[in-house]
Amino acid sequence: MTAAMRFAKSHEWIRPEADGTATVGISAYAVEALTDLVFMQLPKVGSRVEAGQSFGEIESVKAVSDLYAPVSGEVVAVNATLPERLETLGKDPYGEGWIVRIRPDDPAAVDTLLDRAAYDALVASTPH
Amino acid sequence: MPEGTAPITGQAHTVSPEPLRTPLFNWHQRHGGRIVDFAGWSMPVQYGSIVDEHLAVRRAAGLFDVSHMGRLTVSGPDAAAWLESLMTRRVAGMPRGRVRYTLIASEDTAGGAVRILDDALVAHAPVVPADAPVAGDAAPVLGLVVNASNRERVLAWLRSRLPARGVELVDRTFATAMLAVQGPAAAGIVSGLTGPDAARVAALANYSSTTATLAGVPAVVSRTGYTGEDGYEVVVAAPQATAVCDALLAAGAAKGILPCGLGARDTLRLEAGMPLYGHELLEDSDPFAIGLGLAIDLDGRRFPGSERFRAAAAHTGGPVRVGIAFAGRRAAREGSAVVVSGSECGRVTSGSFIPTLGRAVAMAMIERRYAAPGTAVEVIVRDSSQPGEVVPLPFYRRPKPTAVS
Repeated sequence: MTAAMRFAKSHEWIRPEADGTATVGISAYAVEALTDLVFMQLPKVGSRVEAGQSFGEIESVKAVSDLYAPVSGEVVAVNATLPERLETLGKDPYGEGWIVRIRPDDPAAVDTLLDRAAYDALVASTPH
Repeated sequence: MPEGTAPITGQAHTVSPEPLRTPLFNWHQRHGGRIVDFAGWSMPVQYGSIVDEHLAVRRAAGLFDVSHMGRLTVSGPDAAAWLESLMTRRVAGMPRGRVRYTLIASEDTAGGAVRILDDALVAHAPVVPADAPVAGDAAPVLGLVVNASNRERVLAWLRSRLPARGVELVDRTFATAMLAVQGPAAAGIVSGLTGPDAARVAALANYSSTTATLAGVPAVVSRTGYTGEDGYEVVVAAPQATAVCDALLAAGAAKGILPCGLGARDTLRLEAGMPLYGHELLEDSDPFAIGLGLAIDLDGRRFPGSERFRAAAAHTGGPVRVGIAFAGRRAAREGSAVVVSGSECGRVTSGSFIPTLGRAVAMAMIERRYAAPGTAVEVIVRDSSQPGEVVPLPFYRRPKPTAVS
């Protein structure tokens, strides 16, 4: 995990990479809260994602949840084997459990999201 | 990720009035239960993983708080005859201790507008220990267990049909707690806490009920459940619920018992092919098409709904309940369309990934001509079409069933 990682209120994380792309996943809190993950649908490489809009879905035994894009951009890679090994999300949500890599339209948009401290505070204030 | 009330935080939807709490509410919180609003009650949907809880019931045992279900006592000299006149199943001739599954239908005074209000268990036994008949008292005591979501309207309907004297109907729901201990290890765990009553409790036949001392307190113990597994349901006075829960959990610890929430209860009953009121069973359902013909005894009887059910028994042609097994893990949910050869032929009534089979299944009401096992179907799940096939119910049957009464 790097200091530059940012979080959306909807529990996705995004980390800018050196090549101008950004990696997106879901937080450890989200994985813990969902539990019993059974299915994930990923977007296609080359498709567009819009900030705050669904780019895929993740399903637990109990319910289906949308994955929301933290920023707008183009999908340049997906973690294609992740749906077959969803337990990876629990073991390493910020590493091997990455979901998509996007090329943000505006790299500065990432900076408007929550930093680690703000996100932790959000989670801490969420009733369990 | 979901926002607001979505399941990520497991938060209850805000409802008014304030949801009810069972006597075990604090116990659930202490054990990490994620509380949701269910049928007007604050109930744990899960403590940890639904999959782990589900598998604990299939392999060892699970402990459920089912205190939200309605517990009614019917007593008095005319209790059995009165209840018999209102249930779809015969209940007057049941031997003492027998429990029977029935439906409860209402009918307006003009003889039309039949509504199935609920499915229920009727016992020729007290439903709560305090109502056990006093020695020498010949008047029957019957118990009724109804769904939480239907308790108030069932009560209202039954009260509207009470005679001036001869029958007493009392709602015992709030004075008591009801726990389910389900799984192959349940018999050992429950009977092991009943001291001198142990042999009788262990030998209790399916769909039978008895009074016993459980963990030192008076209890009604029944060999019933809603998981497709062997098990018991026990009722104790509300103030003793926490101690009994602790005792059951401690007695089952070495065997692998887990506290289980409503999430596992739903996947277990789905896997066992059991209908749930509000999903498979509705007010206007044809019970025969759902596979609940066994709950309708028309032989020489008249009861609310009997003429409608007689007509339904004579007419076969409408949609029927089937099981659908999917190739993948993506679950169809209630309301998903079932499609054969490009045309919609029914709707999913319940669906989920189920842990024992490791794939998604559903129950659905579909046109009879497509109901044969092996029929290929497509089910529309959000924006995708999931291939599946019609399979016989249940999806899971326990390896060595005990004797059925």
